[in-house]
Parts: sequence; C-alpha cells; structure tokens
Amino acid sequence: MNNSEEASSGYSAAAEVGLKRKRRTRFERMRIGLGKAPLSAWFGMIVVSAYVIVALFAPLFAPFGEADIFPTPYAPWGGEHFFGTDQIGRDILTRMIYGARNTMGIALVTTFLSFLIGGTLGLVAAISRGWVDQLLSRFVDVLMAIPSLIFALMLLSIFGSTISSLIIIIAVLDSTRVFRLTRSVAVNVVVMDYVEAARLRGEKLGWIMRREILPNIMPPLIAEFGLRFSFVFLTIAALSFLGVGIQPPTADWGSMVRENASLIQFAKYDMKAAMTPLLPAAAIALLTVAVNFIVDWFLHQTSGLRDDG
Amino acid sequence: MTDDVLIDMQNIHIEGFSDEEWHPIIKGVNLKLKRGQVMGLIGESGAGKSTLGLAAMGFARSGCRITEGRILFDGMDLAKASTKEKRTLWGSRMTYVAQSAAAAFNPAHRLLEQTIESAERAAAGPNESNGITDLTQDAVELYDALKLPNPDSIGDRYPHQVSGGQLQRVMTAMAMSPRPDLIVFDEPTTALDVTTQVGVLAAMREIVDKYNTAAIYITHDLAVVAQMADVIKVLRHGEEVEEAETREMLASPKEAYTRSLWSVRSLEKQEETNDDEILRIENVDAAYGKLKVLHDVSISVPRGKTVAVVGESGSGKSTAARVITGLLPPSAGQVVFNGQPLPAALANRNPEHLQKIQMIYQMADTAMNPRQTVEEIIGRPLEFYLGLDGAAKERRVIELLEMIELDESFLDRFPSELSGGQKQRVCIARALAAEPEMIICDEVTSALDQIVQEGILQLLLKLQREFNITYLFITHDIATVKAISDQIVVMCEGKVVEQGMKSEILTPPHPEYTELLLASVPEMDPDWLTNLLKTNAVADLQK
Repeated sequence: MNNSEEASSGYSAAAEVGLKRKRRTRFERMRIGLGKAPLSAWFGMIVVSAYVIVALFAPLFAPFGEADIFPTPYAPWGGEHFFGTDQIGRDILTRMIYGARNTMGIALVTTFLSFLIGGTLGLVAAISRGWVDQLLSRFVDVLMAIPSLIFALMLLSIFGSTISSLIIIIAVLDSTRVFRLTRSVAVNVVVMDYVEAARLRGEKLGWIMRREILPNIMPPLIAEFGLRFSFVFLTIAALSFLGVGIQPPTADWGSMVRENASLIQFAKYDMKAAMTPLLPAAAIALLTVAVNFIVDWFLHQTSGLRDDG
Repeated sequence: MTDDVLIDMQNIHIEGFSDEEWHPIIKGVNLKLKRGQVMGLIGESGAGKSTLGLAAMGFARSGCRITEGRILFDGMDLAKASTKEKRTLWGSRMTYVAQSAAAAFNPAHRLLEQTIESAERAAAGPNESNGITDLTQDAVELYDALKLPNPDSIGDRYPHQVSGGQLQRVMTAMAMSPRPDLIVFDEPTTALDVTTQVGVLAAMREIVDKYNTAAIYITHDLAVVAQMADVIKVLRHGEEVEEAETREMLASPKEAYTRSLWSVRSLEKQEETNDDEILRIENVDAAYGKLKVLHDVSISVPRGKTVAVVGESGSGKSTAARVITGLLPPSAGQVVFNGQPLPAALANRNPEHLQKIQMIYQMADTAMNPRQTVEEIIGRPLEFYLGLDGAAKERRVIELLEMIELDESFLDRFPSELSGGQKQRVCIARALAAEPEMIICDEVTSALDQIVQEGILQLLLKLQREFNITYLFITHDIATVKAISDQIVVMCEGKVVEQGMKSEILTPPHPEYTELLLASVPEMDPDWLTNLLKTNAVADLQK
C-alpha cells in the first residue's frame, strides 16, 4: 500500500493529457470549414443562395404580376418582355421568378415533412426492434415495391391535384427512403453502451430518440436531406409536366416546360424563342447540380470527421 | 557503426497534425537495435511508442511527419529515402504485426494467400528469397512452429473461421514468411484473454529466437514485455525515460516514473465481509435465444463490499450483469435486492430500482454520448432521479467532478477531449450522481494503462469507504481482483466454479480452472513464461 501511494503522489487525473480542442465560436469554425471548401462547393453555394434570394424577394425582382396576361401570346424575346410571353400571353421572366418560389417552397416543405415522418418512424423502428420494427419495415417495403411516380400519379388522380395533397402524397412516398436510411444508421448507434446506459437509467423513448441517437446520426441525414430535396424537386417538376402537379395559374418550372414545349418546333425561324422551354428546364438542372455539389462536399467533410469521432 | 547494429535511430523528432496545428509527438529519441535483439517499448498511451515503432520502419502514419533525425537501417537512411525505396524493404526485410488481427486480415481471402503474399512479392522484386523454394510449404512449417492446430489445412480457412488467438499467430507467420530482419509487434496480445495470451507469447518468442530476427515489441503491459524483450526502453510524453537490459530494469529501475509503473501491481485491499446481504442471485438460468449462457448461477453480495467475478470471455460473467440490470430477463431463478425480488424485465422496474443499481462499462468511449458535454452527461441522472436543475445541478456536478479528482474546467468538454482515464472517471461520476447503493463495474480498467488503472482503482476504493457503495466487479485480470475485492466468484462456461473470500480462492488448492486462470497471469519475472512452459500447466489445457 505504501508503495502505491508513493506512486500516485506524482500522478494527477486532471493533468492527464487529453486531446482538448480549442474553443472556437461557430463563426470561426465556419470560416475554417469554408476556407477548405473546394471550388465546386463554392459554385453550389453561390447558385443556391442566388435562387433563395430570388425566391424570397420574387415580387421585387419580377417585372409583372404572376398571373398577369398580356395581349400578345408567344411574344418574341426582348422589348417589354425579356424572355417573351407564353401561349396565353404571360411574361416568361416573371413566371420563372415566381416559379422559383413555388417549386422550391413546395419541395422544401415536402422534404421536411418526409424527414419528419420517415425519420421518426425509422428511429422508433431502430430502438424498439421486434414486432414494431417488422411491421413498419414490411409496410415500407410494400410502399417501395410500387414505382413511386406511377403511384403518385394514381394517388393524385384519386385525391385531386391540390397543393396540400401534392405535398402530403410525395412526402409519404419519399419518407419510405428516409425511413430506410434512418433505421440503418440508427441501428448502429442503438447498440452503443451510452444508449444502453440511458435505458438503464429509465429514459423514455422520446429522450433516447432525440438526445442520444439523433445528434449522432445527423451528418448522413443532412446529406440525405440535400439529395432528397433534389429528388422531390424533380418529382414535382415531372408531375407538373404530366399535368397533375402544381395547377395554373400558379407558376412552376415543370409545367412551364410543358406549356411552352411546342415552341421548340420554331427553332428554324427564331432560335431564341425555341429556347424558351429550355429556360425552366435549365433552372431545374442548375439547381439540382448545385445542391449535389454542396451535398458531396458535406458528405466528404463528415466522413472525414467520423474517423476521429 | 559496428556490423551487428541493424537499426540506428538518432535524435528522432516526429510531429502530428491536429486542430489545424503541428504538435510534437516524439521529441528527440535515440534507438539502437542489434541483429536478433528484442526491444520492448513501454509507456502509457500517448507516450508515442507506436509512433516510434513505426518510425523504425521509416513509416509515419497519415497526419504525422518525421521532421528531424536519421533512421539508419543497414546503412540506409530511411528518414530521407523515398517511398519507393522503402517499399523494397517493407514486407520483405521489415514487417509489422498489428494489434487487432481481426481488423488486419482481409475477410475475403484465405489465410494462406495472405500469409505468403508479401514474400511472393518480395521474391519477384529485387530481394532474393532466402533459399525457400516453396512458399506454401514454408508457411505450413511456420504454422507448425507457431503451434497452430492442423498446420496443413488451416491456411485454407478464412479469417472469421479461426479464433482471435489463432489469427494473431497467423499474422505472426505472415510477418515471418519473408524472413525479415526486423518485426515490429504493436500490442499484439492486448486484445486477447490471459489464457490465450500465454500461448501466443510463447509462440512469438520461440519463432523470433529460431530465426534470429530482431524485434521491437510495443506494449503497455510490463509483465508481458518482461517475457519477450532483451532490452526495455521506457517512453513518456514522447521522450525516453530510461533504457536497460530487462533483468537489470526489473531489479533496479533508476527513474521514479519507471518505479511507479512497477508498483501498480502491489495494490491490495484488506478483505472484509458481513452478513448484511444487498443482492442475491438465486439459481439463475439465462439464454440468448436458444443458446443457454448461464446455468444455475447463484451469487451473494454483501453490502458495502466488493465481489469480483472472474473468468475468461464467454464465461457468462457479463451476462450475469445483464440479468441483474434487467436487460436480459432470466429464464429461471430470480434476483433479490435488499430482500425484495426485482422484477425480471427492465420495463417493469421503477425508477427507484434503477437508481440504486448503476453500471460502469469497459469502454468509456462508447459509454458516453460523443455529442454531450461532461456537464450534460453527469447532470442527466441528477435531473432524472433527484430533480435537480439550474444552479443546484451545476453545483452538484462540480462536486462530483471534484470527487473524481477532476475540476470545473472539464464541464464544457466533450468525451473526445478526455484521456482514457478521465473518460472512465466521468463514467464513475455519472454512476455516482444517481446516489446508488450498488455499482456494477464491467471490466472498467482493462482498456487502461497500468498507472491509470491504479488511479481508477484507488478512486473506487475511496468512494466505497466514503459512501459504503457495493461493487460487483467483473474482470479477467487477477491483479485487479487482488487490488479491489473482498470476495471472488470464479465463472467458467456459464457456471460458478468457486465462490468465497479472496484469501480462500487465491490460496491453493484450486479447482482445475481456477488454477489455469491464476497460472496464466504474467508475472514480473523474465523467467515466468519459461518456467510456466516447463511445468506444462498450459500446454495440457490448451484447446
């Protein structure tokens, strides 16, 4: 006993070397992170923020009102109407700008909703296991077995193409993918000792979900959020193109492509006018690419973090 | 430079990159190794022993760089050599045995292919292959020399089909296959059970002797290094503390730090007991699905005392803990706490039951949520069981931190910012915060360095004296048992082999299994392994 006391006199637990990180404010950490961002991520961030600004301040940017109709349909580019007018004489530029607001807004709400549904159920399944997990997982399998676009078309024709039913239907169908992801990453965290410790403490399901598991699966979920947002966005555009998505007179890029599709035949006579249907298509493509650049960078970052986690 | 010096490292400086800055890891260490010599590198974690061992091969892990010094291997300076030049040496003249064999093998290839892979490559490259004509035949001979069962056919298996101890031997065969001049062993037996460790150590030592290979053996276990090494070098904070021949070092360590490493094993608690029983497990059977892991287990725990449950992995000792906590309801029998039978399933227990039995885990890393600060971790039981919040909670957290010999400055730290010992202390504080009557400690010190282990054990003893807490201490380490327990329960294959006071269990005569367990614990005597092998106590019982 004497011996060991002598040994511990030179030893102090508080002085042991731990890898203490510098305390940095959120702003400093962000600056360091951004400093390391690759060019593609910068491109993505600039494009996305431009879209967001346009969407937020649409009435300020747009030269006319969303549903204003002018006497000349299919007016050429230039003059009073920068990108011309559509088949019933609405200003294309104006509708592009309002379209950003509608399409992105609806996509955002839908993605949030699908994460709320899929994420919650995924966590419940991962924590409860047993029959709850079986029931939820098999139900999701059934939903996933049906091609989602066709399923959405069918449901929309049953419930009608209102914006709220559009949001709910796409959110539910998309939440199946979120469920799968959340469940699979959460299952790895559920087996950790700290979750067991929380259970032994007597914590309720809600606490274990929100406080013990969710913070530890955030990175893959955020990355997935970006990706899902693009997909939802494309689905809405596709549905609008097929005529069951966002209904006129609300402007939306998908339906704008469809409405002006016939203009492409005039390529021989007026190259500019023929490009009109490609404008909303390009807007969709650019946003999707930009979002994915950001997601790629984010994934790379967090997978790097996970090493020293 | 004399002819028989194989490696001569002079004034090595190595830096690591973290938190946007370069930090020194090794600060000017010299190392000289002769042909055929085995050097033990010891020190606590963070001492830089693995970094130095790898640097002997001219290798720096990603995020590390060798900034200064010369590494002369057979006259060639590895610190300046290009990767291409070093590749001609790696895997042919110098090889490496990693800590976790399970993680180091490719699960998709058979063992034999992996064993001879580097030798094959070396033979095709610029090195001649030491007159070995048939590599497969040679591998079989190596398997045989390493005492692997069925040496002819074991190479056809996949990594998951052999045990951890066997895998570690295969990895040694892999390292030996090209007949290197130098092997670096990086904690090769740390992940193994004591009874398995003995066999692996003996096999490694024999084969290194047989082929006169030089080796660097990195470990934090002194008793192990005493068996393996001719020379021991002690490192601390990236600097050399001292270096001496093994016998000389063991007999008369010069530096105070080295002596403190030695003294850890001398901690011993005075055994006591009483009739006030806090917990009794009565005839418990338990099973995972169809696999029955506990057979008629009965254990009695006196209040305010420590009962150590010992046994190798798979003996059912952790399962017994799961039954007590309610995570695994028993299929027969019951758990009686304070004279009242506890509900079998966790869901049926009330907060008072849960509060009184707390648990501390082996891996403090995974026992704490990495996204919560120390304050949140320790504060939660206070809020949950005692209803404290705000300033009262914070005051109590600070009190608890002081009890575990840490201070306020730790409040806002995340688990990744704590050392191994500090993490385990925070886990102890979390258990303590609930004001429990009993704490189940599941191998709480086995992942820690010797000197840190001692600190943790001292702390647990102090807390027991102050708060009259009962410990159920699950471990496979006999030194820990001696240090902390009053009573011992020996378990094997889901059954209780023996139960009684510490002095009774540790003095002969023992049942066969207890004997094996006790004999397998390395002692601080360089002749221990030799003597043990002579008496053949192990060989008979090896499976």
